[in-house]
Amino acid sequence: MFHWLEKHPFFFAVGVFLVISFAGLVEILPSFAQASRPVIGTAPYSTLELAGRHVYIKNSCNACHSQLVRPFKSETDRYGHYSLSGEYAYDRPFLWGSKRTGPDLMRVGNYRTTDWHENHMKDPASVVPGSIMPAYRWMFTKNADIDTAFAEQLTVAQYFSVPYNQSVPMKDGSTAVVKMGSSVVEANAIALEEAKVIATDMKDQDVKDAVDRGEIPEIVALIAYLNSLK
Amino acid sequence: MENRPLEYDYTIAKMFMFTTILLGIVGMLIGVILAFQLAFPGVNLILGEGLAEYTNFSRLRPLHTDAVIFGFTLSGVFATWYYVGQRVLKVSMAESKLLMALGKAHFWLYLVVVVAVVVSLFAGVTTSKEYAEFEWPIDIAVVLVWVIFGMSIFGLIGIRREKSLYISIWYYIATFLGIAMLYLFNNMEIPTILGTSASGESGIGSWYHSVSMYAGTNDALVQWWYGHNAVAFGFTVPIVAMIYYFLPKESGQAIYSYKLSLLSFWGLMFVYLWAGGHHLLYSTVPDWMQTMGSIFSVILILPSWGSAINMLLTMKGEWQQVAASPLIKFMVLGSTFYMFSTLEGPIQAIKSVNAIAHFTDWIVGHVHDGVLGWVGFMIMASLYHMAPRVFKREIYSKSLMATQFWIQTLGVVLYFTSMWIAGITQGMMWRAHDEFGNLAYSFIDTVTVLHPYYAIRGVGGLLYLVGFLMFAYNIYKTMSARPVEEHELQNASPMGA
Repeated sequence: MFHWLEKHPFFFAVGVFLVISFAGLVEILPSFAQASRPVIGTAPYSTLELAGRHVYIKNSCNACHSQLVRPFKSETDRYGHYSLSGEYAYDRPFLWGSKRTGPDLMRVGNYRTTDWHENHMKDPASVVPGSIMPAYRWMFTKNADIDTAFAEQLTVAQYFSVPYNQSVPMKDGSTAVVKMGSSVVEANAIALEEAKVIATDMKDQDVKDAVDRGEIPEIVALIAYLNSLK
Repeated sequence: MENRPLEYDYTIAKMFMFTTILLGIVGMLIGVILAFQLAFPGVNLILGEGLAEYTNFSRLRPLHTDAVIFGFTLSGVFATWYYVGQRVLKVSMAESKLLMALGKAHFWLYLVVVVAVVVSLFAGVTTSKEYAEFEWPIDIAVVLVWVIFGMSIFGLIGIRREKSLYISIWYYIATFLGIAMLYLFNNMEIPTILGTSASGESGIGSWYHSVSMYAGTNDALVQWWYGHNAVAFGFTVPIVAMIYYFLPKESGQAIYSYKLSLLSFWGLMFVYLWAGGHHLLYSTVPDWMQTMGSIFSVILILPSWGSAINMLLTMKGEWQQVAASPLIKFMVLGSTFYMFSTLEGPIQAIKSVNAIAHFTDWIVGHVHDGVLGWVGFMIMASLYHMAPRVFKREIYSKSLMATQFWIQTLGVVLYFTSMWIAGITQGMMWRAHDEFGNLAYSFIDTVTVLHPYYAIRGVGGLLYLVGFLMFAYNIYKTMSARPVEEHELQNASPMGA
């Protein structure tokens, strides 16, 4: 059979394709039936948080920080409850990472504050002596891209039925509604309201001034995102 | 005329040899910078505070991986295809104007993609998925390049004189099919300009931004099915294609066993794709998939070692060539590193070992003993073998090649030993508890302890880069300085002192 295949390139290629696609069919397809249903307490990202997530991705934070707490005592002691599949239901793309040069950030919103992040992003070693993380000072002057975050919200609501402007169940039995603007102008206004709350807790005068002018620096969006990781 | 040997046309092979060397230098240089940034964070500001955004670790890291995978390695794969393909199919590129035009289109479009990737990654335009960072416009261009590559493979096969496909051709076909399938499925994404707001606005925000069609756990599953097998079909399959051609050619020995090559080929094709799950052990993907990933990773030793042993036994009775020729040294040590790396990988895929190894530098070490020791060595050896035949000149310097071999071998050894120690140290420190059951170390303790190993790794990487520059110089001088070889070369490549 093999000798015959080696003289018939078309059938050879078909044979190779069948053999290599087999594993994907058996291993990957079944998972799509059920794996990404949200757990209670998991809400979609707000416009500002999503813009912050884009800042996180733009700077490949995931190259050094994971977002996956494994079910070991040493990990739950350090980072909190181990990860559940449904918690990632709105993560497109997933940001588990593959290397922990720095600590896991899955639940960083539980134990770090806006103030801590502000100091840390400006000069990591001043907050964590011995840190090898580089500073990210340009995030204090560059503005976040709210329009693209809004476009992504619209896209996931449209194509994947992500529940924006709908009530989602929270852990304490209440419900929450994540608002999505009906226009670019409204989306920017919603993001700015959220940015003002973050900026109040910050010290950097340039950032505060920018938010007063109606701009949203990248650092504000990033902190909003990091605070949402719980 | 009838008895004249076939004249092969190496125009396209030469073009891709050039990008192999250029992108190899770029990718490895960035790698060395990254290594020193981890050892000495001040290196993040290598071009000053103003350019920090473009020189810090996080922006450069995807550039390093992509330059080495899709720049250096893929160029090497293409260069060897346009050399090996003609010779084992006994047909010249010059015989078909269409194939020649396709080859040129292949090269120039590839170059356009390379430039687009470099610009976009520096700008921070990325999807975040490892080795699949490119946004949708670049993805479309990548698919085009790949389709042309496929047309070139099957076009050349279509006009072949040698009816039976040689082993290397099997592996090139598999490379084409495997990457095509993986790349398409992993990059399924929806451009966000398609979103329409309630007030009817559309085309909002960046035109090149997209969102993955898969969410969370599913996205991770598809990504690591891709990520693991991009390694399979980029770093293993086409490199095996190279060694099946170049080692027998250079040594003048026949392949040890046809049956072993059959077993390894079909075994590799079937088993490799299952193993992606080992990147997701103890994550939120279903347990049975994790277990399958582990089990198949261990089974993967069989076909991997099958190829490597087949290569080593090809040298049976001719081991003096290893001592005599630095070119044979590269290939034999390359196969040895392949064996080593394909044993190390399955060990790391065992669940209890993975609990310590995952997220640490041991994984980084594993990737690099495979890529530096196996992929890098084989691509350089292939280009060394091709150079005298393509440029019709003897290799400039044998002693330079031998020196390069030892410098790079030392570099690889420093690299993986330091990363083993770093990885296992950190993995053990993360999980250490004191007598009261509290964590024994804060996270930063587990970072500062790695400093000496990061420094040693930087030196190892630097040595490898120096060796690569020697390789580039040797090839450059071969092209320009050596006397012309008139006769058709048989086995061992001619080398100057």
